[in-house]
Amino acid sequence: MNKSQLIIIFIFFSGIFLFAQKDIIDISTEWELSRESRYFFDTPQFENQLNYYPSFGIQPTYKFKWNEGYENFIFSFYYNLDRDKNRTYYDLREMYYQKANNNWELNIGFKKVFWGVTESCHLVDIVNQTDALKSFDGEEKLGQPMIQLSWFLSGIGSLDLFYLPYHRKRGFPGEKGRFRFNNVLDSDDIEYESGREEFNTDFAARWKHYFGAFDIGLSYFTGNGREPYFKFDEKNNIQAYYPLIDQYGIDLQITAGALLLKFESIYRTAKEQQFFAMDAGFEFTFSNVDNNGLDIGVLAEYLYDERGDWALSGLQDDIFYGSRLAFNDSQDTSLIAGGIHDFETSSNLFTLEATRRFKNNMIVSLEGRIFSGVSDKELFLLFFRQDSYFRISVSKYY
Amino acid sequence: MNKLIFTLLLFSPLIVISQTAEEKGYQIVSKAIDADRGFGSSSVDLKMVLKNKNGQMSERTLSNKTLELDEDGDKSMIVFTSPKDIKGTSTLTFTHKVGADDQWLFLPSIQRTKRISSSNKSGPFVGSEFAYEDLSSIELEKNTYKFIKQDGDFLYIEQDPVDPKSGYKKRVAVYNKAKGYRLETIEFFDRKGALLKTLKYLDYKIYKNKFWRASKFEMVNHQSKKETQLFFQNYNFEVNLKESDFTEIALRRSSN
Repeated sequence: MNKSQLIIIFIFFSGIFLFAQKDIIDISTEWELSRESRYFFDTPQFENQLNYYPSFGIQPTYKFKWNEGYENFIFSFYYNLDRDKNRTYYDLREMYYQKANNNWELNIGFKKVFWGVTESCHLVDIVNQTDALKSFDGEEKLGQPMIQLSWFLSGIGSLDLFYLPYHRKRGFPGEKGRFRFNNVLDSDDIEYESGREEFNTDFAARWKHYFGAFDIGLSYFTGNGREPYFKFDEKNNIQAYYPLIDQYGIDLQITAGALLLKFESIYRTAKEQQFFAMDAGFEFTFSNVDNNGLDIGVLAEYLYDERGDWALSGLQDDIFYGSRLAFNDSQDTSLIAGGIHDFETSSNLFTLEATRRFKNNMIVSLEGRIFSGVSDKELFLLFFRQDSYFRISVSKYY
Repeated sequence: MNKLIFTLLLFSPLIVISQTAEEKGYQIVSKAIDADRGFGSSSVDLKMVLKNKNGQMSERTLSNKTLELDEDGDKSMIVFTSPKDIKGTSTLTFTHKVGADDQWLFLPSIQRTKRISSSNKSGPFVGSEFAYEDLSSIELEKNTYKFIKQDGDFLYIEQDPVDPKSGYKKRVAVYNKAKGYRLETIEFFDRKGALLKTLKYLDYKIYKNKFWRASKFEMVNHQSKKETQLFFQNYNFEVNLKESDFTEIALRRSSN
């Protein structure tokens, strides 16, 4: 733990003493215990990689609410144990104080923030570092230290301003892990362009509003990039550093009855790289098709990234397609199946995800991702072409 | 002058009779809506008990906040409090008198707010026997009406949904004239005209000497033999909510 983290923690605990004097504090606790098994059925591409990864996760969450919910203190911690030593890690997901008063809200601490509207790729979403070890789809995040000031005005929309004093490095799989490059990246070895390194002061702002069927968000970020900039050295080993970036983002959704039209786009500038990327698509839902609650959604999105082969996501000229089934039963059974096809290299990635609740506190989810026909032209995806897998996870909530 | 009043009194029953069944139905429902005006805002905690045809039960709890608006439909927020895996999942709805409602969903695990389509009227609300349309606020413009009969204080009104996406051909609602035109039962008829569900409003309490609220809703599906009970607790008409409690920022905060 470094100095700035200590200072932030000190601020929190002083906050707790302030509210501890109040009479009515509503405390809620939740423990999530999860057992996950990932099975990779293809022969590993690199030495020491395994086929079967059992894993165990624990996430206690404590919430304190007072002043009729206008003040909150949230604490959530995550620990994961895995055969890949880099996947054995802990993270302070959330630890923040929140206060709201009429049209404004203040948040101080480690927090998660999500921006954007599309399903297959989250371009504009930049405040938090992705927890790349935990999930493949980029929706899991590391807690980000921040001061967030939100302000709402009727007719103008909401404005979020972020002061981000510290950068979280992205985690990468270890020697035994899948989804790694030929050389094992040690995330601590990835350095910064900024002389102030992880203490570079980053800022972000987002304006969000809606006009009838239109929801629009405009965003700006300046500071340490969340995504490392990758280069290959003469031995074809990957070298990386976190560049200083400016990123402008727009996200737009039109909600026309059962049809949702979605668009996200960013323009990012850094010393060695300027590029534009976008994700545009739709989702249409046939609701209650069997008069028994079954909703069938169809989705498609086109993805473009000006970096071409150098797009870390590999989504430079791709189409995502899929179908979502929601049974709307008392177990909240749902399923999504789809794929991503690369127009340039013809590589395919097929995906299936299903979840269902059993009893009152157990969620079982199945996931499969299959890489098929990964082209030799792929720059990053090539390292993962033997990494198709099935995953089953059982989470219990207490 | 007295003669004039006498004449008016004499003919007034005739005036009422000459009203069509449609006009009378419309008038009664307007009165019921008017009787419930002026609560400003309220909050309530709900327990939902789902029972399948084999009698197996599952439970959900949620809380609801409503802000009354005159110029347009109400604003409301629903926050799920159990089962624990969906705790904090919440929705914000702006009802409109005319046209589709605006609705946002907040998913706490990834802290994501999504604008969602409100066009699904007939689908079940979280696996229950309540369809989305059964739970949206009552707006006069959303149905056409027909007075059927009066039985003591009970007034039977047929309501035909205007929206072609509604799952019903008609509903027969029973209003209690003696108790501020509160609802007693509703029978729902499917698109083919067959009886689908019956909703009973039970254990009424009066709040602020004006607003009747049932402590229990009981919905029985006659076709699937499934049942859903809704229990209302901790009604609060003194919460004094504002527009700023019904924004996307407030939606995020409500999940805590």
